[in-house]
Amino acid sequence: MIGLIPFFPLLGFLINGLGGKRISERMSGIIASVVVGLSFIVAITLFGEFLKIGTPLEQTLFTWIAVGKFTVSFSYVLDSLSLVMVLVITGVGLLIHIFSIGYMKGDPGIQRYFSYLNLFTFMMLTLVMSDNFLAMFLGWEGVGLCSYLLIGFWFEDPVKAAAGKKAFIVNRIGDFGFLLAMFLIFSRFGSLKFMDVLIPQQIAQIPIEIVTAITLLLFLGATGKSAQIPLHIWLPDAMAGPTPVSALIHAATMVTAGVYLIARCGILFAASEITMSVIAVIGILTAFFAATIALTETDIKKVLAYSTISQLGFMFAAVGVGAFAAGIFHLMTHAFFKGLLFLAAGSVIHGMSGEQNMLKMGGLKQKMPTTYWTMLAGVAAISGLPLLSGFFSKDEILWNVYSSQFGGNILFGIGLFTAAMTAFYMFRLFFMTFHGDRRWSKEVSPHESPKIMTIPLIMLAVLSVVGGFIGIPESWGGHNFFHQFLQKSTQDATGYITHQYSSGLLLSENILMILSIVAAIGGLLLAYRFYVQRPDIPGKISKSLSIAYKLVSGKYFIDELYGLLFVRPLRNGSELFLKKFDISVIDGIANGSGKVMLVLGNKLRRIQTGVMQNYAAVIFLGVISIIFYLYLK
Amino acid sequence: MVVPLEHVIILSGLLFSIGVMGVLFRRNVIIIFMSIELMLNAVNLALVGFSRYHNNVDGQVFVFLVMTLAAAEVSVGLAIIVALFRNRQTVNINEMNLMKN
Repeated sequence: MIGLIPFFPLLGFLINGLGGKRISERMSGIIASVVVGLSFIVAITLFGEFLKIGTPLEQTLFTWIAVGKFTVSFSYVLDSLSLVMVLVITGVGLLIHIFSIGYMKGDPGIQRYFSYLNLFTFMMLTLVMSDNFLAMFLGWEGVGLCSYLLIGFWFEDPVKAAAGKKAFIVNRIGDFGFLLAMFLIFSRFGSLKFMDVLIPQQIAQIPIEIVTAITLLLFLGATGKSAQIPLHIWLPDAMAGPTPVSALIHAATMVTAGVYLIARCGILFAASEITMSVIAVIGILTAFFAATIALTETDIKKVLAYSTISQLGFMFAAVGVGAFAAGIFHLMTHAFFKGLLFLAAGSVIHGMSGEQNMLKMGGLKQKMPTTYWTMLAGVAAISGLPLLSGFFSKDEILWNVYSSQFGGNILFGIGLFTAAMTAFYMFRLFFMTFHGDRRWSKEVSPHESPKIMTIPLIMLAVLSVVGGFIGIPESWGGHNFFHQFLQKSTQDATGYITHQYSSGLLLSENILMILSIVAAIGGLLLAYRFYVQRPDIPGKISKSLSIAYKLVSGKYFIDELYGLLFVRPLRNGSELFLKKFDISVIDGIANGSGKVMLVLGNKLRRIQTGVMQNYAAVIFLGVISIIFYLYLK
Repeated sequence: MVVPLEHVIILSGLLFSIGVMGVLFRRNVIIIFMSIELMLNAVNLALVGFSRYHNNVDGQVFVFLVMTLAAAEVSVGLAIIVALFRNRQTVNINEMNLMKN
């Protein structure tokens, strides 16, 4: 039964992938959506079953590798953590598949598009449902592959193809860490099964340095997949892919795999204080720096991309301070509102005939009302306006950052400031797109998208608004359903974290909440003042702070720095090696052996006269010499 | 009168050597062919001689085998030579160097 969840998308991939052009454009979209829908139904059914019996569901499909004492079975397991992920992947994924039918209409490669999308869903489900590191790694690599294929979906454009390659190569660096971590785990624990590794008594026997090494390497893998500093550079470029792909892969699901990995191995991570602090600091820093870049970006999708990096930073901050449930909660609400924002942006781009520059938008409110209202829901949710989904999850993270032993006042302060910036840049995007003067050219005629695109938008908007109510904070007297649901998966991990709730804390959770509401509304009002009332202010500010502005709008020149530090030396070294070694030595050996044979053959050719008697004479002489040899012996 | 074994071996060796020289140095294909037959019969002679010396008929049985084989060989060989001659109007071995190229 569990195996059916990943099976359906695999089936869809095979049908669309093998059928190709024989399947009509409309049919391929329907097939792709139906298979994901079936998975969603199965997942819901199993969710009900899980609530009734309360123990993880398992299914072993086959033994994958068996070498000596190293055995890996291919089996799926559904516990509360993977159930949340599966429901997000199939649920949000289904809406995005449906949206794609409208968005990709008329594209000549639509069957290829849907087969990749189904393959991605299959791989992502394998990632979150596998019961061991190796099968998880298979899914991990599989989603990386699909990400590459879909970023470079329009591969005729060399820029887009290069963006796909960049994403893949940067991810390899992270995967290298993941692989090393797996080697270490196997050499120390003798198994790659989560159930054998993630046992507190087992971990206690391993030296703490080794645990730190394993977790830091796993975290390196997570930074690659989830676009955290220092491997965040690929995600903005990944916006070259079709917009629904950005929504599904680069907002809702794949990039959150790193958060999932850490939450899954929470017990292991919590055992190493160093790793936890590193994760928390990197998370908050990423959140902060990505938010500053988003402030000046004018490409609507790039703003959302940096916003995604920033929100992922929040999730890492949450898991870094030991609040695994809060991280997963934000992961889920983020999947709702960021999926929604990307799809809404896709709807705008669709209506504007491919225009992505916000400087050429404005005043779209009347032209696309449904997109306007749904996007407003998403923007309000991500900004953390009260009672929306982002409000609950982000506050929980900020509270945990403030109160945990790995967090503290400084991290909390940066986090709060970042939350204010989030509200500012999101409303900036919103006002620049839908309000103000109409800055588009006469050739474009903006129009509302068809129903097949707006209905998923409306459903995601509803989820973004009400999705937070499954995790109402306990300080409000409610009982946090989401926490209790996830407790089984995370309680062992949280056992390591001793919260310093009572002693030395100046602020209570409710006061923090008021602070963050103030931050969100402050950001909103500032954006309103800058981009609706006085559109001349931003230009003045950027002029007066020209150095800072250049630094931020140049994305801190990290791409250039990496180019200088790694790409250029590698390229120059390769070219040098090519000239000095490859052409002279390697090619010399290969061509030289050919030449030697040619010369030798020319010499030996003379023996072959073609005169039969010569051959006979040689045979005769040979016989005589053999006889002599035998005689003399 | 019994012929000593040494005589038989010397005669056989001489005949075989003549055959070898014929194969190596004559140009006429038919002569070469005859030389090959000469070599075969030299061997036959040696076999018969040894057979007598050891009082064992195995050698003589073997001679029969060689003779039948030689007869078969002659029929095929002569047929080839005739076919060759028809094609090339010559029996000179120097002009038959098709194996080159």
